[in-house]
Amino acid sequence: MTKAITVTGLTKTFGRTRALDGLDLDVETGEVHGFLGPNGAGKSTTIRVLLGLLRADTGTAHVLGGDPWADAVTLHRRLAYVPGDVELWPNLTGGEAIDLLARLRGGIDKQRRDDLIERFDLDPTKKGRSYSKGNRQKVAIVAALASDAELLLLDEPTAGLDPLMEVVFQDVITQAKAEGKTVLLSSHILAQVEKLADRVSIIRLGKIVQSGTLSEMRHLTRTTIEAETERPATGIEELPGIHQLRTDDSRVHFAVDGEHLDTAVRRLGEFGIRSLVSHPPTLEELMLRHYGDELEHNGHHSEAGAA
Amino acid sequence: MSATPSATNDTGTAGTTKTRPTVSPRTSEGASVLAGTRTLFRFALRRDRVRLPVWVLALFLGTISSVSSLDTSYGTAKKRADIAETMDSPAGLAMTGPKHYLDDYNIGSITAHQMLGFTAVLVGIMSVLIISRHTRAEEETNRAELVRSGVVGRHAYLAAALAVAVVANLALGLLLAGGMAGMGIDGVDGQGSLLYGLAHTAIGIFFAAVAAITVQITAYARGASGMAMAVIGAAYALRAAGDVGNDWVSWLSPIGWIQRTYVFVDNRWWPLLLVLVAAAACAAAGFVLSTRRDVGAGLKAARLGSPVGSEGLTSPLGFALRLHRGLLAGFGGGALLLGVMYGSILGDAEEMIEGIGELEDQLAEIGGANVAESFATVVMIVLAVVCSIYVVMAGLRPRAEESAGRAEPLLSTALSRDRWVLSHTLVGAVGGTVLILLAGIGFGAAGAASTGDGGLFLRLVGAALAFAPALWVTIGLAVALFGWFPRAVTLAWVVPVYGFVVDYLGEILKFPDILSDLSPFGHVPQLPAQDMSWPPLLVLTAIAVGLVWLGLVGFRRRDLETK
Repeated sequence: MTKAITVTGLTKTFGRTRALDGLDLDVETGEVHGFLGPNGAGKSTTIRVLLGLLRADTGTAHVLGGDPWADAVTLHRRLAYVPGDVELWPNLTGGEAIDLLARLRGGIDKQRRDDLIERFDLDPTKKGRSYSKGNRQKVAIVAALASDAELLLLDEPTAGLDPLMEVVFQDVITQAKAEGKTVLLSSHILAQVEKLADRVSIIRLGKIVQSGTLSEMRHLTRTTIEAETERPATGIEELPGIHQLRTDDSRVHFAVDGEHLDTAVRRLGEFGIRSLVSHPPTLEELMLRHYGDELEHNGHHSEAGAA
Repeated sequence: MSATPSATNDTGTAGTTKTRPTVSPRTSEGASVLAGTRTLFRFALRRDRVRLPVWVLALFLGTISSVSSLDTSYGTAKKRADIAETMDSPAGLAMTGPKHYLDDYNIGSITAHQMLGFTAVLVGIMSVLIISRHTRAEEETNRAELVRSGVVGRHAYLAAALAVAVVANLALGLLLAGGMAGMGIDGVDGQGSLLYGLAHTAIGIFFAAVAAITVQITAYARGASGMAMAVIGAAYALRAAGDVGNDWVSWLSPIGWIQRTYVFVDNRWWPLLLVLVAAAACAAAGFVLSTRRDVGAGLKAARLGSPVGSEGLTSPLGFALRLHRGLLAGFGGGALLLGVMYGSILGDAEEMIEGIGELEDQLAEIGGANVAESFATVVMIVLAVVCSIYVVMAGLRPRAEESAGRAEPLLSTALSRDRWVLSHTLVGAVGGTVLILLAGIGFGAAGAASTGDGGLFLRLVGAALAFAPALWVTIGLAVALFGWFPRAVTLAWVVPVYGFVVDYLGEILKFPDILSDLSPFGHVPQLPAQDMSWPPLLVLTAIAVGLVWLGLVGFRRRDLETK
């Protein structure tokens, strides 16, 4: 597989703030790549460097085989961007803004444009200043998807959309993926990335702290087990990789490291399992693994974070 | 006045809300709609702590220095009689005020006659901006929504804004009264000074109250200010028409009313009462209209537009033109009118200037076959400065787009940075050229008609066009600043301001030539009084191209500023 985006050792400072601090990122051609991190982690800065809107201090970035700063215009014909905070021209209608952005990119598929406008339930005759945040977002999404781009850079594209539109968005992205498009989807909405992304990179303080498929990542983390056994389960605490054990007669609750899951379930079996519920780690827990210290610093003590 | 009830009710309201927070809105309807007015009033004053003093002091000092210069120019009864005779012409009265002032033309009444109509416009603009800034602009940016969700009554915003306008206008009026009376000039007595100052207060409050209505009509601060300023313009035009022709036409205009106080002549006070009653009526209408609309909405529903973008719109140049067209059209109309206005008095110029010894000498220094030509040369600079205001605004547009976050989606398409900046630059440069051409056509046509010299038309149009390269340098400077010092782009305003002070006032006040060499306007051949000379125009054009190129190089190298 070829790489749509390769980034190595990217740094970018704004005055005293270090927005990117040696960031590495690989996005394969044809995949939906989730780009996760809280506000201020450097997601938007990374995407703007990939667009050639910002120039990195050090490090290299390649987008579709080109240099995003030097070849900005040629690359922009092949990619489309949805900013996190869409600002429109107050006097232009949504339809005009869509056509403007799409034509400047190099052409628009009229049929697809009208189809998208209908699916997103957007009124293209309203002026930019009367659109809500969600509607401005829709304008940018339609403009990006109506043109025939190979690569979609989406910076928290659904921040203002309602749940119904969120579903439409997921359909549209799934369809784009089926057409062979590459998508870099930045978000702090974990459920969305979970549904769409093939691989995920987690960014923190301008660095990628973890990257891989969701199953790979889950393997690295703990599964929560809740079980009811015929006889009280004993000796669980002696097993390797067990955390937060709570027992209550026949009920037992604990978290276990991915690699020791097998041992723990076998031991439980010895006591006669009546019911067993296992929770794979959610993306929240994946994130908290990396952000737990920050949350604690802010006065929040979470189980997963403390673990 | 509208703000008086708000000021008194407000104290009670604040107390009520504090001690009885559960008070039902029904029982204290009158007070609760004004809840929070005092806090908003103080907050508005805090936000305007620089803006308002600058406005008030500028108007005050402008008037005081005019009085003192009028005192120097018309020190003798002979000179005052001469100028009274000069002013007694349609052009003279249209640009100043009603004829009755000429009956007793002392320094005080000269000031009132020549200044009052003009400063009324400026005071009106100040007041309109206060109201739209503290009401509609707050709603447009959604800040009002946040504030209104607190313990803030429905009418608090408007009441607080009107109170700020009253305070600003009262401060100006009292300063003027005290300052003028204190100058100890013969003819400028205490009572007249107080009336003169309070005439400003009254007209300012009136236009603030007009803005209280217009901010209800449209949902946008710019539109609301524009509408109210159109009312100011109409009031000025009505009084000009009435003062020249039928007196009753002037009675349709509140500016006409304050001029009919005949301050320093008759010192009539009752027209001020008329102004204040009209103001109260407008303010009351504003309060009533505001209850007929939602927060953030206007009375006028937002218009729908085209669902698709035309081919013309979606090209970089067509798009830039679309963004500039409103401003360009407004300035185009203004430039043409200004040209016509100056052109129509060109025929009288000879008589007007004759007898004002100093002015005659200065014009003679400019050269030219006759006074009309010398006068036309000075007018050209005014026209060019006005056009350069548009050019600077156009030149600042890329920066405005960048700071608003609207450049980001555009520049992530296949539109290159160069083409984007160049499309705005081109619209600004060509637009500026069209404006100066329009001003020249208006000036030339009206000038040829008023002097009866048909050949003047082409010469005046040509003289105007000679300023185009100076306008290109102006936009070049804006582009260069945008490329290298984006946060300092507003420095481009130096060109029109410096041009006006040095090239226009400096011409009359005899500044050294070296100052004028620093301004692009200083290098334009002074047509029609002097001969055409191509080299300076070619050099200016080259400088303009160089500045634009420099700006593009800078912009190519820097980060786009994003939110």
